Amino acid sequence: MSTAEKDIFPQVDRRDLLKGTAALTVAFWLPAGKALANGGTGAVFEPNAFIRIGADGIVTVVSKHIEMGQGAYTGLATIVAEELDADWTKVRVEGAPADAKRYNNLNFGPMQGTGGSSSISNSFDQLRNAGAAARAMLVAAAAQKWSVPASEVSVVNGVVAHAKSNRSAGFGELAADAAKLPVPADAKPKDPSKYTLIGKNAARVDSRDKSTGKALFTQDVQLPGMLTAAVVHPPRFGARVKSFDATKAKAVKGVKSVVAFETPVRSGIAVLATDFWTAKKARDLVTVEWDESAAYRGSTTELYKEYRELAKKPGASAKKEGDPDAAFASAAEVLEATYEFPYLAHASMEPLNCVVRIGKQDCEVWNGEQFQTVDQLAVAKTVGLPPASVNIHMLYAGGSFGRRANPQADYVVEAAAIAKAAGVDVPVKMVWTREEDTRAGYYRPLYVHTLKAGLDKAGKIVAWQHRIVGQSIVAGTPFGGPGPIDATSVEGASNLPYAIPNLAVELHTTKNGVPVQWWRSVGSTHTAFSTECFLDDIARHTKQDPYALRKSLLTDKHPRHNAVLDLVAQKSGWSQARPKDEVWGLALHESFNSVVAQVVQLKRTSNGLKLAKVICAVDCGLAVNPNIVAMQMEGGIGYGLAAALTGAVTLKDGVVEQSNFDDYPVLRMNQMPAIDVHILPSTAKPTGVGEPGTPPIAPALANALALANGKPVRVLPLSAEGITLA
Amino acid sequence: MITLDINGKQVQTDAEPDTPLLWVLRDHLGMTGSKYGCGKALCGACTVHVNGAATRSCVLPVSAASGMKITTIEAVGDSAIGKAVQDAWVAENVPQCGYCQSGQVMSATALLTTNQKPSDADIDAAMSGNICRCATYVRIRTAIKRAAESLA
Ligand code: FES
Ligand code: FES
Repeated sequence: MSTAEKDIFPQVDRRDLLKGTAALTVAFWLPAGKALANGGTGAVFEPNAFIRIGADGIVTVVSKHIEMGQGAYTGLATIVAEELDADWTKVRVEGAPADAKRYNNLNFGPMQGTGGSSSISNSFDQLRNAGAAARAMLVAAAAQKWSVPASEVSVVNGVVAHAKSNRSAGFGELAADAAKLPVPADAKPKDPSKYTLIGKNAARVDSRDKSTGKALFTQDVQLPGMLTAAVVHPPRFGARVKSFDATKAKAVKGVKSVVAFETPVRSGIAVLATDFWTAKKARDLVTVEWDESAAYRGSTTELYKEYRELAKKPGASAKKEGDPDAAFASAAEVLEATYEFPYLAHASMEPLNCVVRIGKQDCEVWNGEQFQTVDQLAVAKTVGLPPASVNIHMLYAGGSFGRRANPQADYVVEAAAIAKAAGVDVPVKMVWTREEDTRAGYYRPLYVHTLKAGLDKAGKIVAWQHRIVGQSIVAGTPFGGPGPIDATSVEGASNLPYAIPNLAVELHTTKNGVPVQWWRSVGSTHTAFSTECFLDDIARHTKQDPYALRKSLLTDKHPRHNAVLDLVAQKSGWSQARPKDEVWGLALHESFNSVVAQVVQLKRTSNGLKLAKVICAVDCGLAVNPNIVAMQMEGGIGYGLAAALTGAVTLKDGVVEQSNFDDYPVLRMNQMPAIDVHILPSTAKPTGVGEPGTPPIAPALANALALANGKPVRVLPLSAEGITLA
Repeated sequence: MITLDINGKQVQTDAEPDTPLLWVLRDHLGMTGSKYGCGKALCGACTVHVNGAATRSCVLPVSAASGMKITTIEAVGDSAIGKAVQDAWVAENVPQCGYCQSGQVMSATALLTTNQKPSDADIDAAMSGNICRCATYVRIRTAIKRAAESLA
């Protein structure tokens, strides 16, 4: 950094910032796990893989999960701090290195990764036990030091004390002694009635840094000698570089090299330069001849046609109850509806990127890392090193919504392949533009659903058939099961909570060249819509109230659904008279073991219908941090709304037609409704919150629109049918 | 060499004149608080103040920024309004992933500089150019109002 550059930093923050930058540079070269510690230097007490306590009393919680916005760092640290009785202001969080043994996701098996809204739920007991053991050791150390019975030692807000003898000590003073003690196997976690942090809205650990520009994302990594790589991706999925001309690009000042790369999923060109703008400018000058013999040349309009035809035929059975054929045959009336869902891009705020340095014996990765051990293995293969030699440094991710957990590690492997092709030993930061991020595939798949309901003379549902047509997001990946049914394609449909005696859920799994992947709330992104909208179709047809119909179909086998539905009805005033200018819609859905119901309130204005408010009720078990649960409901609703209103990736002759926020519009401030979140009190184990807020919003909105417009919504996004809101 | 006035300091850069200010800040000057989200003035992640006005630095060539007073997220907290906005952001727990928030804070600070008591419609108008994929909009709105109150 030149003197001039140093001088631009403002007086107040300068020292901090410079210290931060210097520390950053140094920290990045330390072994994984020690890097980027934002506190807790000189740990003297490390009772387990999740806790370090320094002589300064700073408690560092090691998070095996990524912080990509959902508040995992805060929630995980809250659990540890609660059991430790730590002072919340002295708790810091740090991302764990890749390690499938110590840091595996207990829901996933022997792999480390974040997904399925599982960060809190799979870690809850693990961290309670870790915290309780560490606390017991601090207590034992104090008892020994003061020669008093451990049972007389208390811990409150980071202070260990013996009241009778009026002695007290901070964690830091006891850390060295505690470290010498054996780790107890039987330390009991607290009784929940004693909680002082859990359930109490601890302040997020990352708010300040994220409000002052100090939080570090992959995009912000700066390392000595680092080069930035801009890429040219193929115009169609499956196309490969045949030849390229980089003469003009190489002539640009600052360009170091131009290389072709090839990964198991993508072939392209990378321009490496001293900085992004130079790399990008040069990249625009590269001409490539593509081999498109294996390229996908389909169009989404054709896919819809093909899928609609498939939906007319029986698919593989995902679920069968009773005798649906006989029930349909004897039904007094049969209702049918077809629903269509487009490809969706994740469009996280931070376009995909990754930093890789390949050394002779080792390799380092700096990344907003959602799939640690999958990525570690894939990079190891790419660069030809054992997985243990690939060190991953965890950074914040500017959103992901599933995208950074790619079973093929597509973008991470691409960065590694570029660094390898360039043959450099300095760090290489691969940066995709927004356009590349939008066009690189791994979308929520396009689906067509048909639903059929048989009603008896009284209008009661006696038969239900749900057919789903679309690609599998796990087929061909290590996550794919053996049978013909990809459970993630039918989740939300095959576990329909409503008591219908004869039911069939069928699946047609299609194949094509468009890469697909999970997207916030996975199968429920489409199954919640078709099931909850179709149910409202039936309600309108049989002149029943949507709430009453759902209640009549929920037995006491589903107490959580019943309670959440009642809560949203009560809080929204569902059974009271509504303002004349308002139309309301309701939806209920379970995902990731949490149940969420939402009421959408549309208001008629002179500019058309306005989405005024959403009332949301959720049962997510014990809410470790109710404020963060509310944030996730708000965020989940906003994310689902964006997709419902305008989200669609379309292809024509194999080319993705969208590229940036102008043709892939997302939700903006002026479109965001007011949101009231109500959390069902619960003492059950925590369940998911990052995703379950998303599924109900689109059907709740569509159900309101169907009433307002007298026409059901069968196609998403709404913009495709010309529906807009004020 | 182009001379810039950033956060009250004169700095020189040898970046090419057509380089957008955003990339000069980030890659040449090491100030990574301003973010890249779209590169086309569509998302607001790169927002800085140029002579006090919220400006998308991803489409402003550095040559055009010369002679202007530039303030970035790294220094906006030095002003009473910027500090009030950041404190309100923390109090309301606005950020989720946080990637958009530098830009949000810059736009909100610019709004409160010219409008001490923004209405919901004013907030919509000033903030709708800033995308948040985590949809923190509800809290951004509350935080702007909290900041306005704290400054009153
Ligand atoms: S990066 Fe400048 S507006 Fe999006
Ligand atoms: S906080 Fe994630 S994009 Fe705004």
